Amino acid sequence: MTATPEKAAAVDTVSLTIDGKEVSVAKGTLIIRAAEQVGIDIPRFCDHPALKPAGACRQCLVDVASPGPDGNLRAFPKPQPSCAMTVSEGMVVNTQHTSEAADKAQKGVMELLLINHPLDCPVCDKGGECPLQNQALSNGRPESRFIDVKRVFEKPLALSSEILLDRERCILCQRCTRFSKEIAGDAFIDLQNRGAMQQIGTFNEEVLDFDGYEPIGVAAEDESGKAFSSYYSGNTVQICPVGALTSAAYRFRSRPFDLISSPGIAEHDSSGAAIRVDHRRGKILRRLADQDMVVNEDWVTDKDRFAFAWQNLSDRITRPLVRGEDGELHEASWPDALAAAAAGLKAATEGDTAQGAAVLPGGRVTLEDAYAYGKFARVALGTNDVDARTRVASDEEQAFLGATVAGTGMGVTFGDLEKAPAVLLAGFEAEDEGGVVFLRLRKSLGRQQVFTIAPFATRGSEKLNATLIPTAPGGEGKAFAAIKASTDAAEALKAEGSVIVVGERLAGSPGAFTQALALAKRTGARLAWIPRRAGERGALEAGALPDLLPGGRDVASASARQTVAEAWGVASLPETPGRDAAAIIADAAAGKVGALVVGGVTPSDLTGPMGEALARTPFVVSLEVRRGEVAEHADVVLPVAPPSEKAGTFVNWEGRLRGFATAIKTDAMGDHRVLDLLARELGVDLKTGTVADANEQLAALGAPAKGERPAAPKVDAAKVDAKPGASVVLASWHQLVDEGALQDGEPYLAGTGRTAVARLSAKTAEAAGATEGVVTVASAHGSLELPVVVTEGMADGVVWVPTKSPGAWVAQELGVEPGALVTVKGGVA
Amino acid sequence: MTESDDVWKVNRERDGKSEPFVSNLPQAGPVGKIFAPVAGFGVTLRNFFKPTVTEQYPEKKVAPMPRYHGRHQLNRYADGLEKCIGCELCAWACPADAIYVEADSNTPDAQYSPGERYGRVYQINYLRCIFCGLCIEACPTRALTMTNEYELAGPTREGLIYEKQDLLAPMGEAMLAAPHPMVPGTVDDDYYRGDVLKVVEEQKEWVRENRPEDPTLPENRAAHQENPEHRKGAYVNQDANVRNHQTSMQHASGNLGSGI
Repeated sequence: MTATPEKAAAVDTVSLTIDGKEVSVAKGTLIIRAAEQVGIDIPRFCDHPALKPAGACRQCLVDVASPGPDGNLRAFPKPQPSCAMTVSEGMVVNTQHTSEAADKAQKGVMELLLINHPLDCPVCDKGGECPLQNQALSNGRPESRFIDVKRVFEKPLALSSEILLDRERCILCQRCTRFSKEIAGDAFIDLQNRGAMQQIGTFNEEVLDFDGYEPIGVAAEDESGKAFSSYYSGNTVQICPVGALTSAAYRFRSRPFDLISSPGIAEHDSSGAAIRVDHRRGKILRRLADQDMVVNEDWVTDKDRFAFAWQNLSDRITRPLVRGEDGELHEASWPDALAAAAAGLKAATEGDTAQGAAVLPGGRVTLEDAYAYGKFARVALGTNDVDARTRVASDEEQAFLGATVAGTGMGVTFGDLEKAPAVLLAGFEAEDEGGVVFLRLRKSLGRQQVFTIAPFATRGSEKLNATLIPTAPGGEGKAFAAIKASTDAAEALKAEGSVIVVGERLAGSPGAFTQALALAKRTGARLAWIPRRAGERGALEAGALPDLLPGGRDVASASARQTVAEAWGVASLPETPGRDAAAIIADAAAGKVGALVVGGVTPSDLTGPMGEALARTPFVVSLEVRRGEVAEHADVVLPVAPPSEKAGTFVNWEGRLRGFATAIKTDAMGDHRVLDLLARELGVDLKTGTVADANEQLAALGAPAKGERPAAPKVDAAKVDAKPGASVVLASWHQLVDEGALQDGEPYLAGTGRTAVARLSAKTAEAAGATEGVVTVASAHGSLELPVVVTEGMADGVVWVPTKSPGAWVAQELGVEPGALVTVKGGVA
Repeated sequence: MTESDDVWKVNRERDGKSEPFVSNLPQAGPVGKIFAPVAGFGVTLRNFFKPTVTEQYPEKKVAPMPRYHGRHQLNRYADGLEKCIGCELCAWACPADAIYVEADSNTPDAQYSPGERYGRVYQINYLRCIFCGLCIEACPTRALTMTNEYELAGPTREGLIYEKQDLLAPMGEAMLAAPHPMVPGTVDDDYYRGDVLKVVEEQKEWVRENRPEDPTLPENRAAHQENPEHRKGAYVNQDANVRNHQTSMQHASGNLGSGI
């Protein structure tokens, strides 16, 4: 269909009458939606605006009459489901408000739905916010006529460690199965059996032959052995209109009237999904997806939903700690701690022998926090050694980001991704690293061609029906270059609106960003950089990278420095190019850094010698929510607020500002305020005391002038020599649910994570003698032993392991970045 | 002239038009009018000849009416399992926001009430409670009822927030202290219908295995009755003034909203 008839179709309206009210709606609208538009409420369970109509629950029955071929109004013989019937010209609809037949039909349906419902509302988690409970009162009979024995099931059936199914309460509306199939693509639950014994159950190899009562065995597809291993399974709990699906984490925890709901933004990935934080007495009890049609629509990942316990674990710090003369950390007052921190930083930055200080903010901070870190480093410490990229990073990446991403405002959006006719993913796993990005891509399944430059086709890629361009890590540059005129990918990307998505992992692949830019130019496709962590884009915009000032201004540009120096009211900014995070850590480990200011950095995530760096640096200031590894070496620990206890802004990958207010009011301060206080002790006024102050300054700085940005990178694409043998290329990325620091304290969520495996192609596996059982992946630093999975279609000479899953802490155990050579050997070393 | 001036004027005009106040009570006759100034003494005189109603509290305590709304009690089933399922309907019904409940899952190792759910935290703040009894009406399992105890005063605010152990009914003669498994072969519905009437041997066996020192085991009961010092937990609450304030103070520290 071309654009013109589509446009014409969009304005086609149909007029009909609902309960005597005239209404004009777009053609193809469902009766239930048309009724919503004129404020007529029709009870429903299976209907969900984001899911295809099912007509499964029959609760929305209404009387319908429509004009026949002769033009006379002809009534349908029986009430019709308004959620599954589209409107037609001249239709007359009578809902339960005006039609006795519709009202009787609805009451009858409700009575039937409640026949096998246990009515255990006092025990049920949904009690108080349950559509069935509410509509049984509004549209049901006041008393039950049912006197027989109800059907009972064993309760609850654990679909995964997190999702529990209580089949007695289920009314078979199929919202969960439709979500799993249509939206997430993880069709691990489905209807089973017929008639009165119909139930939702887990899919398994014996499904057709199951014992007639309950499913047996486990899902065949998944290594974790979990029947409902989906990264989006929590959404089924939220859309369940009864209490059939509940989450283990929230089970029996509270009632809706207990909870204070505050809107928030998820801190787990760069999508910036809107969430609702439900808390009671200062403690978060659950988080739900909030509707934001331009970002996450109705859905969030399980990580966004369930991983919030980390901020209230027993190692939370609420008072500053200062290392005393006895070598131990002691609680101190804020003035004492700030004075101690300032004294240490002064000693490191002033005097002839001073080695200078460096700042590592970490990748999870808000825009305002990142701005404060950047400004603190440059104004208070007089250095450009500040880098939020505590991950694989390169100068090429920095030039790419400065030239094309920072300060460009909104680029490619979620909507653009959805509408793109072709999408090329490189260094980016939509399901693992993108969260709801994956759901947007999957929404266009069948209308969109997806290509992925990756070592193998993940389950996520398969669900997107993506074409794999098998590539060993490091070879992405060459892979981009190989997308030439004749290839399918090049042809597809030429279509208007196509998008090339580059992930942060391309920083470990020399020439990849250069070639991605070249490919974008060649095909006319737009480029989107989707990092993994929530703070990455904000840090970039706020100038928390060594060579980039706020807005992507190049430190090397004198006019850029001048602009920023004037805005900050200082004479000049440091000129010396800063070191990136890896260099800072390496130099600190060599004893060449006088002081470190460390934000939310987890040493075990880093391949560099972070432990040694912290130990050998004379003075370490840590700004942390929890007392972690950094605190063990820190001289001063300043407590900061977790996202739910502060206001701020995350900048998501689109460049969209995702501001959020304080959900829970405590006296914890955000990083920006703590840095402001610390700078005051150093005799500098950062003016970042409030979120508004920081935002005002960022807004005043605005976009960089011409010539203030760094030049686009020009790096030759590296060639990777990936061949089956003893020495192969390491590929790795974070799975969505793993042992990241922000997922601590949530065992139910951890249980839904995928088990760590090592993936090899058949040839590679054979060459390494590791076709089954356990494989040992080793570097000069250490080794990992993981079950081997021989993966079809995988690039040869590559071994893939998850970055931080249980038993596979790559950075800590192997100490190398993806793209490095490791040895692979069958069996235990 | 402002709007309020207008209003004032209109009001005064209306005053001018209004009729003088006339009572619609029956008017006293001529004799009544003569005795009116001393009629009030009649009430006093009449009461000289009535029996006295003054109660000599606290020297002499008089039992209130059987349905008097006194301190709450969390009841138990005949086998000692708690009736409360932590549904929070009492807290929901409470017009004074005096009740705070947190539920939790029963586990095979710790079954406090029949079924899946039990009340882990149960607090009633008697500084807020207005003894209206709506919580009692809301309770789906008859776990919460009211006793006749009315001596609810204390020197501290924390002490007047009663915790679950303060509210639980005393253990009956044949009861076995929770947690312990349900009667084998029963489901929660059997308890709700009142079909569970006594502790069975399997439950005693389970407690013997897991808490051999439990004072409610038949073999330990005699020893504990001789030595009342062992009495704690289920036996407190005989007198509000000697209640163990310390326990509620511990919990009150984590209790920001419901009270004070």
